[in-house]
Amino acid sequence: MDMLTLCIGIVLAPLAGSAVAGLFCRVIPRWLAHSVTILGVAIALAFSMLVYQRVGAGETMNVNLYQWAVSGALEFNVGFLIDRLSVLMMLVVTSVSLMVHIYTIGYMAHDPGYNRFFSYISLFTFAMLMLVMSNNFVQLFFGWEAVGLVSYLLIGFWHTRPSAVYANLKAFLVNRVGDFGFLLGIGLLAAFAGSLDYVEVFARAPELAKMVEPATGWPLITAICIGLFVGAMGKSAQIPLHVWLPDSMEGPTPISALIHAATMVTAGIFMVARMSPLFELSETALSFVLVIGATTALLMGFLGIVQTDIKRVVAYSTLSQLGYMTVALGVSAYSAAIFHLMTHAFFKALLFLGAGSVIIGMHHDQDMRNMGGLWRYMPITWITSLIGTLALTGTPFFAGFYSKDTIIEAAHLSSLPGAEYAYFCVLLGVFVTAFYSFRMYFMVFHGTERFDRSGDHAHHSDEGEHHGLAPGEEPEESPWTVWLPLLVLAVPSVVIGYFTIEPILFESWFGSAIHVGQAHDVLSLVAREFRGAREMGSHGLFSLPFGLMLCGMLLAWLLYIVRPRWPAYIAKVFRPVHGLLMNKYFFDRFNEIVFAGGARVLGHIFWRGGDRLVIDGLLVNGGARLVGWIAHASRLLQSGRIYQYAFAMILGLLFFLTLLSPRV
Amino acid sequence: MNSIMPNLYPASAEIFVLIMACVVLIVDLYCGKKLPGIAFVLTQATLVFGGVIVWLTADAHVALTFSKMFIDDLFGDFMKIAILATMAIAMTYGRSYLDDRGLNKGEFYLLALFATLGMMVIVSANHLLVLYIGLELMSLSLYAMVALRRDDAAASEAAMKYFVLGALASGFLLYGMSMIYGATGTLQIDEIARQLAYHAANKTVLLFGLVFVIAGLAFKVGVVPFHMWVPDVYQGAPTAVTLIVGSAPKLAAFVMAIRLLVGGMFLVNEYWQLALLLMASFSIVLGNLTAIAQRNVKRMLAYSTISHMGFMLLALASGVIDGASVADLRFSVLNAYSAALFYTVTYVLMSLAAFGTLILLSRAGFDAEMLDDLKGLSRRSPWFAAVMLITMFSMAGVPFFVGFFAKFSVLEALIQADRIGVAVFAVLMSLIGAYYYLRVVKLMYFDEPVDSTPLVAPTGLRVMLSVNGVVIALAGIAPNSLMSICALALGYSL
Repeated sequence: MDMLTLCIGIVLAPLAGSAVAGLFCRVIPRWLAHSVTILGVAIALAFSMLVYQRVGAGETMNVNLYQWAVSGALEFNVGFLIDRLSVLMMLVVTSVSLMVHIYTIGYMAHDPGYNRFFSYISLFTFAMLMLVMSNNFVQLFFGWEAVGLVSYLLIGFWHTRPSAVYANLKAFLVNRVGDFGFLLGIGLLAAFAGSLDYVEVFARAPELAKMVEPATGWPLITAICIGLFVGAMGKSAQIPLHVWLPDSMEGPTPISALIHAATMVTAGIFMVARMSPLFELSETALSFVLVIGATTALLMGFLGIVQTDIKRVVAYSTLSQLGYMTVALGVSAYSAAIFHLMTHAFFKALLFLGAGSVIIGMHHDQDMRNMGGLWRYMPITWITSLIGTLALTGTPFFAGFYSKDTIIEAAHLSSLPGAEYAYFCVLLGVFVTAFYSFRMYFMVFHGTERFDRSGDHAHHSDEGEHHGLAPGEEPEESPWTVWLPLLVLAVPSVVIGYFTIEPILFESWFGSAIHVGQAHDVLSLVAREFRGAREMGSHGLFSLPFGLMLCGMLLAWLLYIVRPRWPAYIAKVFRPVHGLLMNKYFFDRFNEIVFAGGARVLGHIFWRGGDRLVIDGLLVNGGARLVGWIAHASRLLQSGRIYQYAFAMILGLLFFLTLLSPRV
Repeated sequence: MNSIMPNLYPASAEIFVLIMACVVLIVDLYCGKKLPGIAFVLTQATLVFGGVIVWLTADAHVALTFSKMFIDDLFGDFMKIAILATMAIAMTYGRSYLDDRGLNKGEFYLLALFATLGMMVIVSANHLLVLYIGLELMSLSLYAMVALRRDDAAASEAAMKYFVLGALASGFLLYGMSMIYGATGTLQIDEIARQLAYHAANKTVLLFGLVFVIAGLAFKVGVVPFHMWVPDVYQGAPTAVTLIVGSAPKLAAFVMAIRLLVGGMFLVNEYWQLALLLMASFSIVLGNLTAIAQRNVKRMLAYSTISHMGFMLLALASGVIDGASVADLRFSVLNAYSAALFYTVTYVLMSLAAFGTLILLSRAGFDAEMLDDLKGLSRRSPWFAAVMLITMFSMAGVPFFVGFFAKFSVLEALIQADRIGVAVFAVLMSLIGAYYYLRVVKLMYFDEPVDSTPLVAPTGLRVMLSVNGVVIALAGIAPNSLMSICALALGYSL
């Protein structure tokens, strides 16, 4: 098959699966719904591998499939740009998606919305593939919005629960803010570059760099890049648009793994990497990206420390890791960002699915304070979660180590304004990451078994009704459809960094897909010290980040295994800090009061002024009164209304006669 | 002039429709009682074969006949096919409705055919009097159709109003034509353009004539301040007739505008563009704001028509850019007018679907016309609720439905003509308009049905309405094909 056929197949197979499962969700049996969607995603994965082979051999493709509309000089096309960047994303998306599909069979086994769920996740896979394979901004935006839509639908999957509805509305609204910036960026490009095709826009980037935005006098390229990045901030949950991601955990766990950890939230990272020819031209935008990313990486890590809900810990960890990727983008280490995106996709999906397995074992109790000592009962989940944790914290030789250490090193070597701050943040972040990760690990799998205490505590759970273990009941290992994906994902979480760091980062594997300016090329500086993956790993054992990680781990061990009473005591002593963290730096409160409150006040004004006064008062009631008056008049004068109409016509005629009569 | 037989070939479709109208008249007279469906079948056959004849006789060559009073060009052919198709769809929709109310008689079909013929004559007119004859033929038939339900007070009142005001408008038009004749000495449209180009006409007389002609035209299109009849007639007429009044005549009126203003009076475009722009702006404001306050769907759609026609006029008024060179001019003119044509065609498609849905909901003894009648439609029939949803989204101009592209191309023409303020205004007004379209969607999907009787519409209506909805949806996915057809059709005549 030629590449184009493969690509069409990759996109359409999940769509077809989704359509079958979705349109006939009331009719078809469950086994059919999951087999058809899994088949679709499996085809997409197999085809992606074939495409990967070709692209690995040096082939690229940029083709417009279908012209959707033309408006003046602007064309709206559907097309594919397949190069090493997109093919890597395609592999990540399809493989994680396939694992999540399989996992869902076990996880959602008793859910009434089983078929609908499969339809959604396949639809998501389609949209995400459209996003990464796009060769123009319109299709990018389509994919961008479509993944957002599916995310919205899935966060609110249990739509009878008010908290889920609140969370999906919040995700939707916050993403609108980001999309506004994104649209402004695209609009500026359309206006000044006169095209929405990647290649054409990139070709004109040097011209754009010399222009200023006429109305404001801002450098155009900076305005464009910041606009685009604001979009990325919404989708990839960067401060201050991160608030939706923790709440999105209201959705079923497979979704948290697929959409809110491995793929959709990384769309922003991918987009910025794809736009590297633009971002390279604006140091201001890069610094902006850098500072936002570094702040997110550190502050969100802190929040992970105080969470007690197992999924929320992983969620804050995702936020923090997204911050790392953004830092990499900011220092122009785009390939490092994509590299971390890939390793993170595997180990974070693993951690989420592991957390899901724990949740199944605990009968949908998500509170870590009720767990402990689970390693005895759920051995596979335990081992794989340990692997995920080690990978996340950056233990040498694990996948996360290679990507994260490169980012730290790149931030260290960068000379961009804000790089020192970023270096500080990402370095301290290692300690924080290790602390919250091992805190979670110890609380869940080790220490005293707390689940047999009778449940007098507030539960947060996936299914609402009955949850938690009954007294005397013991957790047991999840079914094979759940643990198999864990095992499969554990493999890349360990080895993928070791094998791919050299080609991806230091042998310019991405080629022309990613463009880095001479002045910003920190990865070449990193490359100078690189002596191979094994060297890097063994050297990592004596490096500062590893020391910080060990400190974090030991502290967690001390506080949660050796002296489990201390955390409560510490929280009491540092009450203001603890309060700040528990309230998530008051972002939610601020948004609720200022933005939601402001919108409500505005709405009230419009309701009073617009609705009540103009529409109800003048138009509806006024109109009714007028009609009443005319009706009254028409009773006196049989044909009152028709005269009135004719009169209006003649008045109109006179008006135009006066208006148009030639002024001599 | 000599007495040679004129070339009938360009007028073959019109002649065919005329003959068939007479056939329907006679057949219905003698066999109407025995074969109740015969008039319907013959009418549909006439419309379809009329379309086929237009298709077969269409070529890029512009043919003039009847002493140059009659023109046959590609633009006209396209519009005639559109009109015939619209009428055929409207007949399909209306049949069961008329049946239930005892109106399914020969008169209706006869009048419909004559109205069609009138529209075709308008489309083919190259002479002011031919245009006028076509217009009167169409209008008189429509007046009679509105009054078809003789015993219904509302319908009779509507017909009366329509007739009286229509007569006034016809008077305006005729008076305007006479003044144009006075100023240029000819009634032939292309000759008027030539006179204006090469001879000095008395400008005062000419402009007076122009204003009167525009007034007559604006009445047919239904824009402020000549719009008063629209809501009353839409509401008062039987829905099947409203469907006809609200669809095909808009196409004919569009051709009339193109032939008269662009074909004949192009050189005074600065004047008529200003008038159209003002009427358009007033219409958009009035139509959208008043529609919000309506409880009756037919009345709401009437105000929506007013605003849509205003939108269409915006494009017609943006053809000529001040200070543009001749080479630019042709491009921008074509762009703007094809945007207007595209808008009209999509509007007709959408209004057919909207009124079709109302007919679908009606049954013997019950006319669905209040907003409440649409409540909970999604539970009574998910498929037709979806069709109406597509229609409403499209009318509101939600991307990526075809109505969005229609609005988009109009806005593009406005911006090209450097009328950015007007474009912003139009967008804001469409935003207000979105409210009442979305309200329909809300009623259909989120409210409990008031009326839970099952839908009884016949298969023909169901199939046609489904096709209509699918076409609207498809046109949103692939708007380019329709747009380029519009540009192509116009390109041959300008």
